[in-house]
Amino acid sequence: MAYTFSFPEEVLEHVFSFIESEKDRNAISLVCKSWYEIERWCRRRVFVGNCYAVSPMMVIKRFPEVRSIALKGKPHFADFNLVPEGWGGYVCPWIAAMACAFPWLEEIRLKRMVITDESLELIAKSFKNFKVLVLTSCEGFTTDGLAAIAANCRFASFIFLISQVLNLLDFNFVFELVLNKGHKFESKLCLCLVNLRELDLQESEVEDLSGHWLSHFPDSYTSLVSLNISCLGNEVSLSSLERLLGRCPNLQTLRLNRAVPLDRLPNLLRRCPQLVELGTGVYSTEMRPEVFSNLEAAFSGCKQLKSLSGFWDVLPSYLPAVYPICSRLTSLNLSYAIVQSSDLIKLISQCPSLLRLWVLDYIEDAGLYALAASCKDLRELRVFPSDPFGLEPNVALTEQGLVSVSEGCPKLQSVLYFCRQMSNAALNTIARNRPNLTRFRLCIIEPRTPDYITLEPLDSGFGAIVEHCKDLQRLSLSGLLTDRVFEYIGTYGKKLEMLSVAFAGDSDLGLHHVLSGCDNLRKLEIRDCPFGDKALLANAAKLETMRSLWMSSCSVSYGACKLLGQKMPRLNVEVIDERGPPDSRPESCPVEKLYIYRTIAGPRLDMPGFVWTMEDDSSLGLE
Amino acid sequence: MGSYESELNLKATELRLGLPGSDEPEKRSCSVRSNKRSSRESSVEESRCKSNVNSDDSTTTSDHDQESVQPAKVQVVGWPPIRSYRKNSLQQKKVEGDGSGIYVKVSMAGAPYLRKIDLKVYKSYPELLMALQTLFKCTFGEYSEREGYNGSEYAPTYEDKDGDWMLVGDVPWNMFVSSCKRLRIIKGSEAKGLGCL
Repeated sequence: MAYTFSFPEEVLEHVFSFIESEKDRNAISLVCKSWYEIERWCRRRVFVGNCYAVSPMMVIKRFPEVRSIALKGKPHFADFNLVPEGWGGYVCPWIAAMACAFPWLEEIRLKRMVITDESLELIAKSFKNFKVLVLTSCEGFTTDGLAAIAANCRFASFIFLISQVLNLLDFNFVFELVLNKGHKFESKLCLCLVNLRELDLQESEVEDLSGHWLSHFPDSYTSLVSLNISCLGNEVSLSSLERLLGRCPNLQTLRLNRAVPLDRLPNLLRRCPQLVELGTGVYSTEMRPEVFSNLEAAFSGCKQLKSLSGFWDVLPSYLPAVYPICSRLTSLNLSYAIVQSSDLIKLISQCPSLLRLWVLDYIEDAGLYALAASCKDLRELRVFPSDPFGLEPNVALTEQGLVSVSEGCPKLQSVLYFCRQMSNAALNTIARNRPNLTRFRLCIIEPRTPDYITLEPLDSGFGAIVEHCKDLQRLSLSGLLTDRVFEYIGTYGKKLEMLSVAFAGDSDLGLHHVLSGCDNLRKLEIRDCPFGDKALLANAAKLETMRSLWMSSCSVSYGACKLLGQKMPRLNVEVIDERGPPDSRPESCPVEKLYIYRTIAGPRLDMPGFVWTMEDDSSLGLE
Repeated sequence: MGSYESELNLKATELRLGLPGSDEPEKRSCSVRSNKRSSRESSVEESRCKSNVNSDDSTTTSDHDQESVQPAKVQVVGWPPIRSYRKNSLQQKKVEGDGSGIYVKVSMAGAPYLRKIDLKVYKSYPELLMALQTLFKCTFGEYSEREGYNGSEYAPTYEDKDGDWMLVGDVPWNMFVSSCKRLRIIKGSEAKGLGCL
């Protein structure tokens, strides 16, 4: 006889309220039916990793009391222009459904989605308690939509993370509107514009816009917490900015744009010495001693400063001005700074608390060696290419730099590294040095580059990485690779969740190894690899355990796609082909791009003309 | 071939290409462009029907032969994987001011390989000379109009537009930047000759 022991619902609910992570919440809901019921009524945050995996109604039905929702749309490779315009990712049906169902919704976070002005207006009208809007790499809206939000949302603490197209004219208009209504914002305001895709501004239109929008912040407005305008092209009114900063004691983050001159930075800093994160403007000006000492003093006054970025157009002689605060720095983003290695070394050597460094390959091996010597707490390193499309190396950055860091930084977990040469020996060393790596993304710039010493494929090197780094969650491959590397990945990559592959492999065996071996694989993205039908069809069931699979410029035939679509009703098999209907070509012809994702919502209905979802109706004829 | 087939155990799965009872078609009849090892792939719109032939010898070393260098690099879509805003930002830097960065080769007697630096990064001779000294771990000493870098171990020289080798520092900075084609660090002893011209 089963022994049943149950708390009253309220107690369980209270206990569950301490469980935040959605993974844990999902686990709770699987315990038993009553826990499922209780949990679903008190779940407040929902994360939908693929907006097409589930329908809005399904989410609403299961979780009626949601306050915060996050949605992701396009596949990751959209960041590199591999997903054609108009593919999808429309948030409109979600907003429409939630407008009725979640009147108390407070937060909407979207990544790689298309959101229209109508949706923004609907948000503004429908959610009386709306607080947070985060748009990352989104598109489809104009100032009208943003203005609607600004005009109607009283309790907002917005974070706009806009990574797409908005020209400056629009921004100024928006800001003016936002700020005219600023007095209506009763709580903290975060205004954050990051990574505009279009930095090319229509000069004529911006001439009149001297950044007066800042002066529209009413004098009574004191709640600014975060201001990030780093991607704006034109000047802002510095006097307005100074006044604004002066009256906002809660300001923690200030990321300026390139147009803010260096000699005005001290005055700005003096107004907000409580800053935790600073992005400088342009970092050069005439070399004058008083400017330097002023700057140095201003930096010294910022006792809480932990994160620095910006540093456009660096004049090296001004770098020492930050030395007084270097010992406290935990995050340094120099990935837009053209600074020679020697100056970087001087700077980095003074930052023993550094946890995160983003830098251009100007740092060179010597700089990375110094990093390894000075920054023993380093967790994350990203080295970006200064000349990615150049034919020859322009800097002395090789695999050695990464090896040095792997040797000297025992806590290093996350690596993104662009370079032009690599060896199996180096990868082996890195793997043995740093078994605690969780993210390893290596981009050898020229596709299919072999081990430069032995001229062999880099299979064994990457094999060492997956073998030794047992907690590896994310891996990106590059260089000359055969099916062998995938055998290693399938054998050892048991915790691997995301794998990115390009210009690698010889045959279906490669793909088969990954699909059959990587137990925790969620996202697989492949481009320009000779993977075809066999592995895909043989591992069809695996695809239902993953979020998505992207394959472009591979060898998967239309026939296989159809078959997969027919056999797997809980997968959407999308053929993306801009050459025209796949029916007009032989079945054996490979498709351009293939995007397969699991779904319980069935095929989507918003596809453009170049996307076909393979029917799961088995009565579908072949023509 | 045999081990490969059993790995996949195709017969055991019901998923096969084509109608039941028919064999898997091997031929691909659409347009083919099969250059597996080409490192100069162009746009992804090219349809590539690679024949799905498995080769047990996975390292097709015959394809390692370096292809003859093509004059212009064809940019592959989305490669290297850098996001647009970063690409734009790099390009912005390059087209700043008068034009693209001015990269010149720097050689030094006895050094195994050349370096390249962007003259646009520097605003004055002292900056450039500091950088060169750091890069090559050498010292130039004091510059004087009369003596050049007399007395120092090394001296910086450059080839100007006319093909002449000049001592760095003689002309105004901007003139130098616009006329410098390449740099060479020579031994101080060799530099004596330049000072006399």
